[in-house]
Amino acid sequence: MEETISFQLNGKKTEAQLDTSQTLLWVLRNHFGLTGTKYGCGMGFCGSCTVLIDDEPVRSCQLTVGEVAGKKVVTIEGLVNKDIMHPVQKAFLEHDAFQCGFCTPGMIMNAAGLLLKNPSPSTQEIKDGMENNLCRCGAHTRIVDAVQTASKEMKGGK
Amino acid sequence: MKKETSKVAAPLLTSKSNGMPRRSFFKLLGGGIIILFRPWSTIELFGLPAQQGRNLPRDYNAFLQIAEDGTVNCFTGKIEMGQGIITSLAQMMADELNVPLEKVKMVMGDTDLCPWDMGTWGSLSTRVFGPSMRAAAAEARGVLLDLASKELGVPVTQLEAREGIIADTKNPNKSVTYAQLTKGKRIEKFLDVKPSVEDYTKFKYVGKSYNHADGKLKVTGAAKYTGDYKLPGMLFARILRPPSHGAKLTSVDTSAAEKIAGTKVIHEGDFVAVLNENRDLADQAIVKIKAEYSFNEMPVNDKTIFDYMLKADSKLNVLKTNGDIEAGRKLSDKTFESRFDDPYLAHAPIETHSALAQLEGDKMTVWASTQSPFGLQDNLVRELGFPREKVRVITPFVGGGFGGKAPAQQGIEAAKLAKLTGKPVMVIWTRDEEFFYDTFHPAGVIKINSGIDKNGLIKFWDYNVYYSGTRGSDTIYDVPNAKTSHFANDRGGPEMHPFATGAWRAPNANTNTFAREVQIDIMASAAGIDPLEFRLKNLKDEKMIDCLKGVAKKFGYVAGKSPGGRGIGIACGTDAGTWVAHMAEVRVDKTTGKVKVIRIACVQDMGLCVNPEGATIQMEGCITMGLGYTFTEEVFFEGGNILDRGFDTYQIPKFSWLPKIETEILERKDKAPQGGGEPAIIAIGAVIANAVFDATGARIFRLPMTPARVLEALKKV
Repeated sequence: MEETISFQLNGKKTEAQLDTSQTLLWVLRNHFGLTGTKYGCGMGFCGSCTVLIDDEPVRSCQLTVGEVAGKKVVTIEGLVNKDIMHPVQKAFLEHDAFQCGFCTPGMIMNAAGLLLKNPSPSTQEIKDGMENNLCRCGAHTRIVDAVQTASKEMKGGK
Repeated sequence: MKKETSKVAAPLLTSKSNGMPRRSFFKLLGGGIIILFRPWSTIELFGLPAQQGRNLPRDYNAFLQIAEDGTVNCFTGKIEMGQGIITSLAQMMADELNVPLEKVKMVMGDTDLCPWDMGTWGSLSTRVFGPSMRAAAAEARGVLLDLASKELGVPVTQLEAREGIIADTKNPNKSVTYAQLTKGKRIEKFLDVKPSVEDYTKFKYVGKSYNHADGKLKVTGAAKYTGDYKLPGMLFARILRPPSHGAKLTSVDTSAAEKIAGTKVIHEGDFVAVLNENRDLADQAIVKIKAEYSFNEMPVNDKTIFDYMLKADSKLNVLKTNGDIEAGRKLSDKTFESRFDDPYLAHAPIETHSALAQLEGDKMTVWASTQSPFGLQDNLVRELGFPREKVRVITPFVGGGFGGKAPAQQGIEAAKLAKLTGKPVMVIWTRDEEFFYDTFHPAGVIKINSGIDKNGLIKFWDYNVYYSGTRGSDTIYDVPNAKTSHFANDRGGPEMHPFATGAWRAPNANTNTFAREVQIDIMASAAGIDPLEFRLKNLKDEKMIDCLKGVAKKFGYVAGKSPGGRGIGIACGTDAGTWVAHMAEVRVDKTTGKVKVIRIACVQDMGLCVNPEGATIQMEGCITMGLGYTFTEEVFFEGGNILDRGFDTYQIPKFSWLPKIETEILERKDKAPQGGGEPAIIAIGAVIANAVFDATGARIFRLPMTPARVLEALKKV
């Protein structure tokens, strides 16, 4: 059933008229054209569709758009601020922390969320925090290094 | 130094771009010089599976185009799926043509624009496509020098081409750029004498490390994969799937699905699909279909398949033989007989098979996540009856392939639906479909009989592969009496696998290297010789010896007999023209059977390494991915029913598994470049199994080595 929904999307107040029972993932991709958020399994097992909702990394395939009413949603596209990449994005670039790049937006969103909660994670905490985001190409070691680099840069920026 | 290149497929999404003949495409890109040449030679075709190919083009194909602004469009039928050729092919082009790297733009996997290519697999892009592309660039450089000579009135011998500028060596102020030479002109010309390609001492870009050229696109979410395209009026399709392979649809009722708003139902024979502009509604509609099936499945499952294979009436094919096995047996002091069973594996790329198809007039365009755009084009021609020139396949970035995206059934499905509905149709397989329709790494059995004399020299080696492939089944060791046999079903004989199988990263070399290197370790231990020394003693292959010595140094290896309680393993092998040796250290929890890999070192001889950074990433990826088939990956099935349909039960490597990874690429600049996407994965199972033996004395013959299997092996110690 179509209804008006309002929420904050990538820093902008957003209103849309749509069927609120749709999956947030598909609404982001098809309604808003934010295709950086990927479909990998639709079951919440892979993490490719991870976005931040009120600063928490959440799997957008596991909730409806109706559930984000009044909330703050950030996708990979929203991490770039006035053409300046988020420290996690910069660190992924610097460490070449990806291959095919398909899991990358989800990895970056999950890492960004992790660093919001824990700005100076240990290597073990990074591994624990990233554990359920899957990468098939095997970029894991570089991803851990990249998150560590981003953590250092973010602390330095404060 | 970083560079930016981007794929130029996106702008061609305009509706007018379809159906464009090759010539008008070049017009679109602006006038430029087009160098034509013969792209393939028979030698380069060696090893390519002919049955999948169309005939090689007899006409000439363009591999590069120099545009008016100096941009070099580099065309390849290869695709980018994470292996990094968008970076390394550009490096090769820049060096051969003598242009700045940032001027090279890769145009990949577009059947209307790129030279024919069978597919991106087998680590062939650099070693087989590379030389053809370099030859094209060398000839282009030669033609440009000719043109510059006329323009400047200076003999060619007095000219030098650098960074896209040709200058008089005696008067450097006298110069002309490639762009100035080609402006407004289009020249088709061959040089009578083909120039030789640059030798490695002249390379400016090749041999240096560059980060992924597509990096910025990928970290910002801007990189477009097939599923990210959207066309006006596009419908999402979901297709009715049988519950198991071999099941046949007997009745179907789509009435409930039709009631879902905006849903279109297509029913043609066994092909039933629902389409909706809204993906969620398509998902809801598909589950509303009531369908019944008859079943005709093979009476096998993941446990019985191995004996089923051994009992089958198979055809023997002796691949290689030297000496006399029985004579070798007589010379042996100790003999060894082993059997290795290897399960089916799923590719499980994170991007599922996706395709978008659009029919405009009589031209079908399909965007597809595939490793073989030209293969899909052939299949579209065959299945839909379109003439080839009316079918265009475009491959945007691919989210992982590993061999699993060689077939592209989803492209046929999307095109069929686009034809039937008259609308653009997007097919994005669910994870369930991705597992169900995967072309799995084939299960197989390997039996080895071998023997050593009192000095620890291998006297005979009788190697038998049942039903999994033979890549990597070569002995590599110097054995006087050796035989390699392959048992497989005869052409036209009964099917051995209950579902489709295909190439899985370094196809079957993982299986064969595992079996061989474990058997070598068994013999080393029985001989009471350090496993490294045993290998060196039985090897004549210098590349292998260098890699083994190299990895021992890298790892800080101290000689010792196995099992020595240290948990250190060794394994080596060759694949795709590249030599690799690994060492690993593990810890085994004897009460739970859990194995933790502490570190893995790998040394690789891949000839000239075009992009050391990219090659290192591939090695790390191989090592990490290899942990999957070593510890968890195995497809469970009952008849034609795939029981693993998601990442909950089919576990792929995760962050907590990570060992410390150390890699080294041997400096071989004067040698031809070889494969890099697969070799470093082949010995992971073996190196870890041998390390487990060293730690505990438990011998692992069966992968994946689940805790239960490790406990089982520990009982036999």
